[in-house]
Amino acid sequence: MSFAERRMPRWIVTLVLLSGLAVAGCGGGQDWQTKDISQLMPELQFTLTDEHGEEVTADAYEGRAVLMFFGFTHCPDVCPATMARIAGWLGQLPEADRERIRVLFVSVDPDRDDPERLRSYTAHFHEAITGLTGTQEQLRRLSKRYRVTYGYGDKDGSGDYDVSHSAGIYGFAADGEARVLIRQSDDREAVLDDLRRLAGTAG
Amino acid sequence: MPEFAELLSALMPYQWQPMVTLVCGAALLLYLSGLARGAAPGFWRNFAFFLGLGLMYGVTQTQFDYFSQYVFFIHRIQHLVLHHVAAMMLVLANPLPVLARGTPQPLRDNLLAPLWRSAPVRTGYAVLQQPAVAAFLFAGLVYFWLIPSIHFDAMLSGWLYSVMNWSMALDGLLFWWLVLNPHAPGSGRHCLGYGMRCILLAAVAFPQIILGAYIFFYGTGIYEFYEVCGSPWPIDTDTDRVLGGLITWIPPAMMSVVGLLVVLSQMFRQEKREAERLGQGAPATGSTA
Repeated sequence: MSFAERRMPRWIVTLVLLSGLAVAGCGGGQDWQTKDISQLMPELQFTLTDEHGEEVTADAYEGRAVLMFFGFTHCPDVCPATMARIAGWLGQLPEADRERIRVLFVSVDPDRDDPERLRSYTAHFHEAITGLTGTQEQLRRLSKRYRVTYGYGDKDGSGDYDVSHSAGIYGFAADGEARVLIRQSDDREAVLDDLRRLAGTAG
Repeated sequence: MPEFAELLSALMPYQWQPMVTLVCGAALLLYLSGLARGAAPGFWRNFAFFLGLGLMYGVTQTQFDYFSQYVFFIHRIQHLVLHHVAAMMLVLANPLPVLARGTPQPLRDNLLAPLWRSAPVRTGYAVLQQPAVAAFLFAGLVYFWLIPSIHFDAMLSGWLYSVMNWSMALDGLLFWWLVLNPHAPGSGRHCLGYGMRCILLAAVAFPQIILGAYIFFYGTGIYEFYEVCGSPWPIDTDTDRVLGGLITWIPPAMMSVVGLLVVLSQMFRQEKREAERLGQGAPATGSTA
């Protein structure tokens, strides 16, 4: 057992150091009020179709802070609620901050959500919100990138079906880096604080 | 052939991890080459090895992994396989002699043997195989990755997710190797007595039962990730949590029971061998007395 007497302390020191590093690494260094995902998620990247039927990539939003979330226009509860929340936040921000933020509503139900439908849906809530959708392949690639998924329920008598999708809102800085994940449980003040900071990343 | 194409795509990885393919592929090749060079472990050991390896690969590098990433109870099944079932299968297969025979001599002499004899590896292995450390790690890792905030990060981040699954698989192998080591106690380093093996199996079962029951009975919202991430089909998050709690609760405890049965059978076989040895020795002792 001589190794234990002599080496154990060194092992303990190493373990403590490593766990200290891990904690520091996960912590990031910046104090976001909602969920900090700086170390966890890749920068914004996608190829989709916008509400005018044009192909659009993440580059189109370079220089703006971006909020992105997934949904579908037939959504009975989560999406309208999220849309209304976002519209509410934007209303609380000063004009200058508001103009630095773009909100992307990505529909994962391209069969029913054509550009026209998306356009009239997002216009209901706020002019800063843009609807996007794409092919299944494009949507799968994007959702996989942000480690979310979606699926379709069975069709009912009138051909209606439920879509299960993620409920988080991703916040990206103006340089496209992932910064925060806003959950339904995050309170308004925390969100507004982070939105101001995100807007601040856009010159 | 749409069915064939569907099957093939189900068997393709959701997120390819070259390291998993490399390690599983190398293990398979070395094992097959060991068999080709005359190792004859018998049907059941081969069966356990291929099943264990196939399960480890299957739950991480097929579409099963897709469901594991978004559905809590399937994630719990993935860990049950990595930490318990497949790890135990691989240990019961006792594949080291076969793998060693399959490893090219130069690789064995110049890399693996020196590596194995090196102080850091020896010390690390000795520490990890201390009974208290091993039991703490085995149950502790289950707890660690299920701390809600850590679970959230692990599911959200590609690299952390991969670290989590590797840690479950490797620790599973280490623990079951310690507890179900095919060598009789006293025959080598870190070969635990049968009593201690039984104590460890019971010791890791209880914390897992408590954790599983805690998740099972917890109200809404313990693992927020599954409310954020969406799901492959519309599944109620509470149903998902209840199922996940059950899978954390019952099957791991049953694996401890299976482990106990294996240890008991090892013990009886060992006693029988001892008795046979004594039986042969008895007349000799009798004549000298």
